[in-house]
Amino acid sequence: MKKSTNVFLNAPYVVWAGIFVVVPLFIVLVYAFTDANGNFSFDSIIALKDYWNNFLLSLLYSLVATVVTLIIAYPFAYALSKTPAKTQKIQMMLVMLPMWMNLLIRTYSWMNILDQNGIINQILLSMKLKPVTFLGTPGAVIFGMVYNYLPYMILPIYTVMAKMDNSLVEAARDLGCNGFNVWRKLILPLSMPGVISGITMVFVPSVSTFYISQKLGNGKIMLIGDTIERQMQALNNYNLGAALSLVLMILILVSMFIMNRFADSTGEGGVVV
Amino acid sequence: MKKIVCMVIAVALIFTLAAFPVSCSRLDTVENLEGDYTGLEGTTLYVMNWGEYISDGSEGSLDVVKAFEKVSGIRVIYDDSTPSNEAMYAKLKSGAVAVDVVIPSDYMIQRMINEDMLQTVDTSKIPNYKYILDDYKNLYFDPQNQYSVPYTIGMVGIIYNTTLVEGTPDSWDILWNEAYRNNILSFNNPRDGFATAQFLLGQDINNTDKALWDAAADKLKEQTPILQGRVMDEVFNKMEGGNAAVAPYYAGDFFLMKDVNEDLDFFYPKEGTNIFVDSMCIPKSASNYEGALMFINFMLEVEVALANAEYISYASPHTGVRNHEDYSLKDSQILYPDEAHKPRTQYYHDLDPEIRAYYEKLWEEIIR
Repeated sequence: MKKSTNVFLNAPYVVWAGIFVVVPLFIVLVYAFTDANGNFSFDSIIALKDYWNNFLLSLLYSLVATVVTLIIAYPFAYALSKTPAKTQKIQMMLVMLPMWMNLLIRTYSWMNILDQNGIINQILLSMKLKPVTFLGTPGAVIFGMVYNYLPYMILPIYTVMAKMDNSLVEAARDLGCNGFNVWRKLILPLSMPGVISGITMVFVPSVSTFYISQKLGNGKIMLIGDTIERQMQALNNYNLGAALSLVLMILILVSMFIMNRFADSTGEGGVVV
Repeated sequence: MKKIVCMVIAVALIFTLAAFPVSCSRLDTVENLEGDYTGLEGTTLYVMNWGEYISDGSEGSLDVVKAFEKVSGIRVIYDDSTPSNEAMYAKLKSGAVAVDVVIPSDYMIQRMINEDMLQTVDTSKIPNYKYILDDYKNLYFDPQNQYSVPYTIGMVGIIYNTTLVEGTPDSWDILWNEAYRNNILSFNNPRDGFATAQFLLGQDINNTDKALWDAAADKLKEQTPILQGRVMDEVFNKMEGGNAAVAPYYAGDFFLMKDVNEDLDFFYPKEGTNIFVDSMCIPKSASNYEGALMFINFMLEVEVALANAEYISYASPHTGVRNHEDYSLKDSQILYPDEAHKPRTQYYHDLDPEIRAYYEKLWEEIIR
């Protein structure tokens, strides 16, 4: 293709990204390094030091959620890719089904299911068992993340698994490789691109979430997303909000960069930064 | 075969739809209008209000906005997406929107007057202003009634579930009662959150003494371990579903919860509580001043004010509503307590930026 055609084809997206990605990023940058009166200042950047435990908590929660999601999704995606084509379609639809509903509504429903007098506790009570406090615990927040983002992990892993050439597995078997080694030396490396985009697609929204922690954490678990939301909405402190967002973006960029290095070493680079 | 079945179902569906002609002809006419609503046909009016804060036609109520459009010929852009006074302030301050009517709370009106963000409201062009009770004129934030027209009055009280709470509580200290560990909800915003501790400690909620704010913060930190959570709108679900025993919230909202859960009851704490007035104002950025006056006048029409008072179930500052025979809440001791039951009340004032920044920082420490 000629270079000029290329420019022409790219133009719509470049304009789009310029207006809706680059400019807003620049505005965040400006806010982060100014004070309320618009003068250049490091105040917000210095104030960040009060929030490092907030960042750490978010990282921890989203890491745990990502690992749990991976543990659930990986074997499922593999099994799914091995079932007959017809049931695959139905199962895939079942995975996607919850995503037809809005994340906010799904999370709000879970709040009602898990509450002190919610459906689960009523069942426990009717079986003469002691009710359990779910909401406001780390477990509930991580559960919310896993529940909401699981399809994002299953999808990319399933896609690479389904594409995988089965004759490779047969060849390995013929040459005397045992089951575990087939997985370790063949399936795992080939499925890495899917795993990595899955991890990214679960980790990034988890680390920046505020709705899930607000509703399932009962306002007691403050992740960095909650803090940013509060600075922007309630406290009118756009400067600190922007500084926090900036750090969050850098964090995400760094983790994606590390991910990309993984992807490079295993062949196909699967992650979009 | 499959295709035929589909066809049959589709045809059947079309017939059912046709059989039930769109029957939701909403109530959008007001019978006895006093004001004159002519002369501004074809103009546009931008109204910014809180969610669920106007009678909107649901469940057979009057659709106020539509009724106004119908009678005046003005197109109303109605925006109720703003979650808080602070967010509304930010929107107006940014100048990104030209709003004609806003309904902020008292302390925010004070702040907006101080920052020259509001226009004077010419009450001589609002004949229905005569209905406003004198009790709600000349309030501290607008001593000459130049900038605001009262819309609703609210007070904070404590809602409790009678099946989970022993006896009849009467104090803020119930929110610190170990017996209700993990069954207590509280506010998830700094001002209301601090007020719960400030009243308990007998403080002035508008004090400017940092040591007093520290003491209130300590009191709140002491409460954290026994709290089930800090919530705002979620309180409806939680109290209605019997998920928590006690929660402080706004009096009017108690009626909505009580409708769902009969076991709920309400009291005003003996130490005193917060009262607030939400008033209609016209920002400097307004582009349809005359339309704004017309809208405010319309909101004060007896029938309209009554529909709003019933729908929102907050107390009304409107004499025509208070005395109306159809007003179901007029004898409510919660909305309109008699002298013997009147709680001691304090308004929030806009505090100076230094104190505001101070308590916001304390709040950050409390909730994290």
